Order: sequence, then structure tokens, then C-alpha cells
Amino acid sequence: MSGVTAIPVLLIGLAVLVWFAASLSSVFGAMLAGRPVGLTELAVPGRGALRLLLKERSSTPMPDALLWRLGVVLVFTVPVLAAVVIPLAPGVAVADLPVGIVWWTALMALLWVGVFMVGWGPNSAYPMVGGYRFIAQALAYEMPLAIVVITVGLLAGSLRVSDIVAGQEGGLWYALWAPAAFFVYLMSATAQAFWGPFATPIASDLAGGVRAELGGVDRLVFTVGRYAALVVAAAFAVPLFLGGHHGPLLPGWLWIIVKTLLVLALLVSARWIWPRLRLDRFEEFAWVVLIPLTLVQLFVVGAIVLLRG
Amino acid sequence: MTAAVNSADALFLIFAALAVWTGWRVFRTDSMVRAAFLLLASFLAVAATVTLMASQFVGAIMILMMTGEMVLMAVFMVMFMMNPGGLMPMQMVHQQRFALIVSVLVFIALTAMILLVDWQVHTTQMPEDVTYAIGEGMMQEKMLVFLAAGVALLACMIASLALALHRGRYDRYGDRLERSRPVDPGWPG
Repeated sequence: MSGVTAIPVLLIGLAVLVWFAASLSSVFGAMLAGRPVGLTELAVPGRGALRLLLKERSSTPMPDALLWRLGVVLVFTVPVLAAVVIPLAPGVAVADLPVGIVWWTALMALLWVGVFMVGWGPNSAYPMVGGYRFIAQALAYEMPLAIVVITVGLLAGSLRVSDIVAGQEGGLWYALWAPAAFFVYLMSATAQAFWGPFATPIASDLAGGVRAELGGVDRLVFTVGRYAALVVAAAFAVPLFLGGHHGPLLPGWLWIIVKTLLVLALLVSARWIWPRLRLDRFEEFAWVVLIPLTLVQLFVVGAIVLLRG
Repeated sequence: MTAAVNSADALFLIFAALAVWTGWRVFRTDSMVRAAFLLLASFLAVAATVTLMASQFVGAIMILMMTGEMVLMAVFMVMFMMNPGGLMPMQMVHQQRFALIVSVLVFIALTAMILLVDWQVHTTQMPEDVTYAIGEGMMQEKMLVFLAAGVALLACMIASLALALHRGRYDRYGDRLERSRPVDPGWPG
């Protein structure tokens, strides 16, 4: 099974993982608030979605409706399109492109356009500031993320995701070859989905920022898209750093699911563990610390690759 | 010619037409943001045509670069425009006579080049790894061009930042850069 037949698997998998991430976030929230945690948390995302579906979509005076709606659609479709290169089981992916990791990075960059459009469209101050904030955040996380992705490509000697998985067969995972790169990837992936400590574009100090004027189905699509960005980033960490389907005893596809769930749980928990970062401080940290750190990691990996021959 | 080649040609023509149409619309809109995103759409269509010519790497990297470029324009909007927010209509064309002359001349020159240059027909086998071949080509004889362009871009970036910044590192770290922690507005320190 591959190509077109894998599309339903990918879509269903994404939907289940989005639901899982939203429920888990609700569970963490309940635990921290001291509320009893029960199976009802599993119904929270569905209940929220139904409530949004029953609401009217909102509008504002003189919006740029085209860009606004297009932005919402982009925030939802871009992570799905980026996910086509992610292996779903050994040898199964919707499109195992020869430039897979570049495709993923490029598509996820279109998220900036989507979020900025959603901020710009309603002709309203807070969403617009939120949109600008996301671009400022992109300036901070994108360079380290791009260098990290290059580092993995260098380790494997290929840009194809299946080659990167094959490069970790029977050897150390790339998370161990390049631990700094793995750490920066997790951080950048969280920032890319403006999740948790990086949620400044939708922060409460902006009355909800980018999504302040979103209501009804628009808000639902935007929210699902944001979760999808988090899920796709977590799922992409598995082939990149955690050996993909390789692992003892269990079948390959199960290993992919287990690893994806663990990374996703880690990213989701960041929302409840870390305080929100001030954007200007993160900007400075990214340029002064993260970029040099990832560059040093890249040089170390380059030396390793040369020495291994 | 097989059917596959024909459908690829059709796709190429569609994306090429899309690139030209969105490129034209850039100058027909009165919104700066729409102009930027139409230009991005034009570049993405070009990236699609490049991908159709078996250069997947260049296509994907074009999506990344052009997206980053257009979004950075939004940052420059904040830095330099009177009205970075709001939907105030503005004229996208100016110096029309000069621009018209230049564009007609450039069009004639490019068209003449297309018609006059003796284009080599590709007869050799396509390289096994196109990305590798492109990388080798760029890093060898084209290296000087890339270095020169890189330095020029860096100079532009520094100059534009120097124009836009109202607080530099001497404001943050003191006249002799003596403070260990920067002093920023709204931040105790």
C-alpha cells in the first residue's frame, strides 16, 4: 500500500491524533486545576467542536474577506499537505519525495502566510497584531529549525525521509547523534504550532489575538489546523530523530504510533508546564543562542559523517 | 509523444499562465497585503513549473524562500510604512512612464533572447541525482555569483535595520557595552 491508497490512512490518523492531543491537553488542565480526571475528558474536543458548529460565523465591518477565509483554509490544509512525506508504516507513505524534508519545511512555512492572513483579514487591531507576532516568532524559530533539518539530512546523506529512517537502522537514532538538534527541533516545532509557551499570537493579552474575531466554523477549522500543525511536527520527529519504525518486538507501524504519541504528549504537556515566553526575549535567545548552537551541532555532525566515511 | 508528456505540458502551461496572471494582478490591487500575496502566488506557480521540469529540490526550496521573503515584507511594512495596519487603499504603481519604458525594453530583450539564442536540445541522459548535480554546479563555477549576491543582501539587511531601529545595542547595553544585562522598556533590569 502506498501513494493514493495511503491518503485515507493519513487523514484518519491525523484526525485521531488531533482528537488525542486536544483530549490530553484537557486532561493535563484538569489535573493541574485539581479537578477529578475521568473518561469525560475524551468528549471535550467533540463537545467544543459541536458547540462551534452550532454557532454563527462572525464578521466585522469592511473585512478583507478573501484573505481572511483563505487564511483559515491555509492553516488547516498546510499541515495536512506537509504530512504526505511522513511514513505511516514501514515503506508506506503518501508520497516519499526525494526532497521530503525540504518539502515538509517549505510547506510548514506557508503556515506563516495562513496565520498572517487570518490576522489581517478581519480589519481589526488585535488579530492584526497577533499576525505580526507570529511572523516575528517565525523569524526566531525558522532559522534554527531549518539548520536542524539540514543536520538530519547531512547525517543520512539524503533528503528522502525513507533514506533517513534507513540510516538509523541497527545504529544509534539521530536524536543521540545530534541531541542539540533534537532539542531545538522540539522547541521550534512547538513555536511553529504557536503552542504553549509560544502561544503569543493567540495570547489573552491580545484578547485572543489572531483568532479574536473568528467564530463558528472558521474558529473550528483554525483550531483543528493548529492542532494538526502540532501533530504533524510530532509525527515528523519520529522518522527524523527516533528511528522511524525501527524497534524491537513490536511491528513497525505500532512503533511509529507509540513514538508519535509519546512525542505528541511531550509537546502537549509544554502548554501546562512552561510559562508563556516574552516574544522579544525568545527572539534574542533564538539568534544569540539557538542559531550558534545548531550551527555547532551541524559542524559536529559534519565531522562525524566525514570520519565515518 | 505520449499522453503523460502531454498532461505534464498542460500542467506546465496552466501554472505558467497562473504565474503571469497573478503577477499582473499584483499591480491592479490597491491593498499592499494582497499585492504581496499575489506576488507570492506568482512565485509559487513558477515553483510548480520548475518542479515539472524535474527539479524538485529547486521547486521546494523556492516555496520556502519565496514564502519567507513575502512574509518578511510584512515586517518591513511595520518598520517603514506610515500605516502598517488597516485596509487603507493605496496605489501600487508609480513613476509610470519610466516603468513602462523599462518594462517594454526588458520584454523586448528577453523575447529576443528566447528567439535568437541557439538553445541546446537536451540529448544526454538526465543525471541520476538532480539535486546533487545542481549542488555541484552551484558550488563550483557559480560560487562567486552566490557569494557576491549574499554579501549584497547582507549589506541591504544591515542598512535597512539601521534605518528602522530606534534602539540599538548601545541603548541596551550602555555606551561602552558595559552592562551585563540589557535595559529594555517594560522589563525590570
